[in-house]
Amino acid sequence: MKVSEQWLREWVSPQLSTQGIADQITMAGLEVDAVEPVAQEFTGIVVAEVVEKSQHPDADKLNVCQVEDGSGERVQVVCGAPNVAVGQRIPFAQVGAVLPGDFKIKKAKLRGVESRGMICSASEIGLEEGKSEGILVLPADAPVGMDIREYLDLNDHTIEVDLTPNRGDCLSVKGMAREVGVLNRLPLTPPKAVEVPAAHDERFEVRVEDFERCPRYIGRLIKNVNVAAETPTWMVERLRRSGVRSIDPVVDVTNYVMLEQGQPLHAFDRSNLHGAVIVRLARQGEELVLLDGQTVKLDPATLVIADENGPLALAGIMGGEHSGVSTETRDIFLEGAYFTPLAVAGQARNYGLHTDASHRFERGVDPELTHAAIERATELLLSICGGQPGPLNEAVSDVHLPAPREVTLRAGRLASALSKQLDAAEVAEILERLGMAVESIENGWTVKVPSWRFDISIEEDLIEEVARIHGYNKLPVRRPAMRMALKADGESKSPLSRLRRHMVARGYQEAITYSFVAPELQRTLLPDVVSPVLANPISADLSVMRASLFPGLVRALEHNLNRQQTRVRLFESGLVFRGELDSLEQLPMFGALVCGARYPEGWSGGRDKVDFFDLKGDLESLLEVAGDVASWRFEPGSHPALHPGQCARILHRGEEAGWIGTLHPAVKAALGLKADAVLFEVRLDALSQGHVPAFKPLSRFPEVRRDLAFVIDETLPVEALRDVVRGEAGEWLTEVGLFDVYQGKGVTEGHKSVALGLTWQHPSRTLNDEEINQLVDAIVTTAQQRLNAELRA
Amino acid sequence: MDHLPELVQQAREAIQAADGMPALDEIRVRYLGKKGELTALLKGLGKLPPAERPAAGERINQAKQELATELEGRRTALAKAELDARLAEERVDVTLPGRGQPTGGLHPVTRTLERIESLFARIGYDVAVGPELEDDYHNFEALNIPSHHPARGMADTFYFDATRLLRTHTSPVQVRTMKDGEPPIRIVCPGRVYRSDSDLTHTPMFHQVEGLLIDEGISFADLKGTIEDFLHAFFERDDLSVRFRPSYFPFTEPSAEVDIECVMCSGDGCRVCSHTGWLEVMGCGMVHPEVFRHGGIDAEKYTGFAFGMGAERLAMLRYGVNDLRLFFDNDLRFLRQFH
Repeated sequence: MKVSEQWLREWVSPQLSTQGIADQITMAGLEVDAVEPVAQEFTGIVVAEVVEKSQHPDADKLNVCQVEDGSGERVQVVCGAPNVAVGQRIPFAQVGAVLPGDFKIKKAKLRGVESRGMICSASEIGLEEGKSEGILVLPADAPVGMDIREYLDLNDHTIEVDLTPNRGDCLSVKGMAREVGVLNRLPLTPPKAVEVPAAHDERFEVRVEDFERCPRYIGRLIKNVNVAAETPTWMVERLRRSGVRSIDPVVDVTNYVMLEQGQPLHAFDRSNLHGAVIVRLARQGEELVLLDGQTVKLDPATLVIADENGPLALAGIMGGEHSGVSTETRDIFLEGAYFTPLAVAGQARNYGLHTDASHRFERGVDPELTHAAIERATELLLSICGGQPGPLNEAVSDVHLPAPREVTLRAGRLASALSKQLDAAEVAEILERLGMAVESIENGWTVKVPSWRFDISIEEDLIEEVARIHGYNKLPVRRPAMRMALKADGESKSPLSRLRRHMVARGYQEAITYSFVAPELQRTLLPDVVSPVLANPISADLSVMRASLFPGLVRALEHNLNRQQTRVRLFESGLVFRGELDSLEQLPMFGALVCGARYPEGWSGGRDKVDFFDLKGDLESLLEVAGDVASWRFEPGSHPALHPGQCARILHRGEEAGWIGTLHPAVKAALGLKADAVLFEVRLDALSQGHVPAFKPLSRFPEVRRDLAFVIDETLPVEALRDVVRGEAGEWLTEVGLFDVYQGKGVTEGHKSVALGLTWQHPSRTLNDEEINQLVDAIVTTAQQRLNAELRA
Repeated sequence: MDHLPELVQQAREAIQAADGMPALDEIRVRYLGKKGELTALLKGLGKLPPAERPAAGERINQAKQELATELEGRRTALAKAELDARLAEERVDVTLPGRGQPTGGLHPVTRTLERIESLFARIGYDVAVGPELEDDYHNFEALNIPSHHPARGMADTFYFDATRLLRTHTSPVQVRTMKDGEPPIRIVCPGRVYRSDSDLTHTPMFHQVEGLLIDEGISFADLKGTIEDFLHAFFERDDLSVRFRPSYFPFTEPSAEVDIECVMCSGDGCRVCSHTGWLEVMGCGMVHPEVFRHGGIDAEKYTGFAFGMGAERLAMLRYGVNDLRLFFDNDLRFLRQFH
């Protein structure tokens, strides 16, 4: 909301600077976003009259004018504006004037003709954005010779306030003034309230069919209005300073009263109203062409203003094109109504509209304001356009008007809420200043809430008001007293922070990527997966929820590869979204990606690229952080994003918990990536699950080690061999190490040699050769039977 | 016997001339070994008259002693020279960088969130999390934002259908926590939130930390104290000015915006604080009774406060980052700056 400081000061003028007012209301909860001068800096421009005009001898588009600028001498000026005419009062920049942008006006010759000054357009003096068409023509009574800043009251500021949605009562000069008055203990000096006597007694019929949504509707017929009249400059200027463009005098007056009083008004062309004005809900299938030219299909929950032929306007939102005031209009029907917040709330939004009227009605317009506002508008309209007003025609349902609210504030509650015992007199005084009727009761106050404060209905509302006016920063500060209780920390779980730090120590940078991704990217990586789709995405490439961390990691890789960052090690943790909305899983995942050289470029050799086992090593190390390594398995698997020969399904306690693998070459090509990448993602809940360490006594007896080399089919996973070993090696086996995998000379084609180092140790005695030999025999036999594994000589 | 001095002289010269341990060892054997020349002299003592034997024996032993000392001295010198030579050979350029994987780093937002969590953990706050794809009830309704509320603008909420959406703040976790537990409640809820806004100063996803304390007798003064302490701790400046400005959030009352003295210009006014000297850093307030009602908590018995802040904003101020969008580009050149 923008308000002109001068306009505000007409209502209430505290002894404060502009910035002083801005700071004061900001600290009262009406946050000032900006304070800006209403016109840019300029000097030396006065009101002048064009007294002669003649064609420039050497230029078709230029005129040579003589102007009277109050100096007593006629001044000759060359003017290029097509609209300049004798008799006009215009803003005239004299020689020596400085225009916005530090543009100095000097004596000049234009095509040989002397020009001493410049006739200004609105944009040249900063009153209009962009380029104006022609010069600014002032009212005929503008006093010649007067400084234009003084004439247009340009030494003013626009104060822009970012009002919170609860303070609809401040959406007017009156409302802002009320607040400033409260803060400075000053009375308001509003324009004198009038009651315009009726000049005729014709009433246009008003029928409210929905009093619940429209408890009050007032109409007035004003006849013989001169719509062609000019809106006075002072009004145009005030509208401009409030961010509203001048349209025509009727619309300008309704806007002006809305800005001044806070009551939106609407004017209909009488000749387009048929039978009666009816306030009702829209009917299925009805349509309306709005003032902005768009046609809307009406929703049966929308309140409309209609006549006997159909809807004319969206109540409290926007008028219709056909019923609006035009240049042909003679008689107008002026509407002032109280539409309840619930009647308007959400409706404008449903039509993609947000208007000054809907903004106010949604937040609450004072239901007691309707009469005063329509009278004020009548008064202004008559003064500009003339005409004969009729009597007010009011349809009202008292039972539907908001009931007067009474709220009780307990002194004890106030004191405990603020940790401060405020003086009872101060509390009552603050509430009274806010327009409440205050009654002191035992240990508190009961107040009647003023009709414009829609935001006050419970005790906390009053506590906030008292705290706000008293001043938040004058209230005490203390540290909460707490009942401390220790809680178990879940030692068997590894917190995410520890997992992250582990990755950091292994050279990974943490990434945070958007939770929504491009559908094509996700489809390329995970063609079969379903995840929720946003109804209103910010852009198409951020429109589906990620079902995996892979899309985000791959995008981050791409970003870095495109910026000459070729060695990339990234990890991310966060939710992924899988399934239809009704059966959705929001799973916390942990993922990583590596690409490029294993080690940074250095002096000590090693330009190797990372491969599957680099990332797997990091993942295994991560699994060890939680400590329960034995509960994890990797098995060959197939995943659409991963290389079929370099891809493992990760199982935790037998359940699928994630995937690791090299990015599929086809996927890599489809994404246009220029480097190979290896990725994993694992469910965070599994990853963080470990166990509390359980001590086993150290054995004092010697270990026995045997090395066994088996030749197995090259496609057989080594893990299967190790499983056999673990199964057959007896309970004293402490370790199965893998120290060589070999293919080549000496090993049959299509086979590989796998060398295992087995270690046994007994807790309470020395193991003898014979029992170890038996175990080894069992292993060899089982491996032979189950895996067709041959012990290598 | 008469040639003992020559023998000793000869041995000495040999010791001094020895150029390594093997040569030295040879000399030792030759003169002092079991079959060495001096040992032979000792063995020959028997041939002397008994009266001469002691004096002669002493001379020989003395000579042996001298030579042994000489040998040892030479051995030490040779060993030292050998070691020196090896050390010289083994010298490396210690200014060359070390080998292995350099350390990575946490994302600055995580770093910020973890700092905030740990500051509050020290005074007894637990960390609580909740779903990001939320429903209307938890994101709005239970927080006293009914469907007709102006704060409900479709403009900034991402929807999936009429009732399901991406949470626009971390506040839904408040309600879930209230329903699941009993006061006293002290939690911070860090996490991703989403608003459909994207420009220089907005990203469609960002991070918030919500805080909630509910207990008996909690007042606005406790809120002010907690926030002031937090901001002083976060910026590590006990003299940082903090002010509370009345504001409005449907789920708190009284509500306040919190401003700090601009950390870029110390309140003198600069571009970052739009020349006001103040920076808005968070919102807070006393829990609204309607929220207590939805959370199943007796608002007469308990009171509490809640606060919320944007992690990116705090990270920007703390580390001087000037472009919000950098946080989600995951450019390594950016991320590496937060080790």
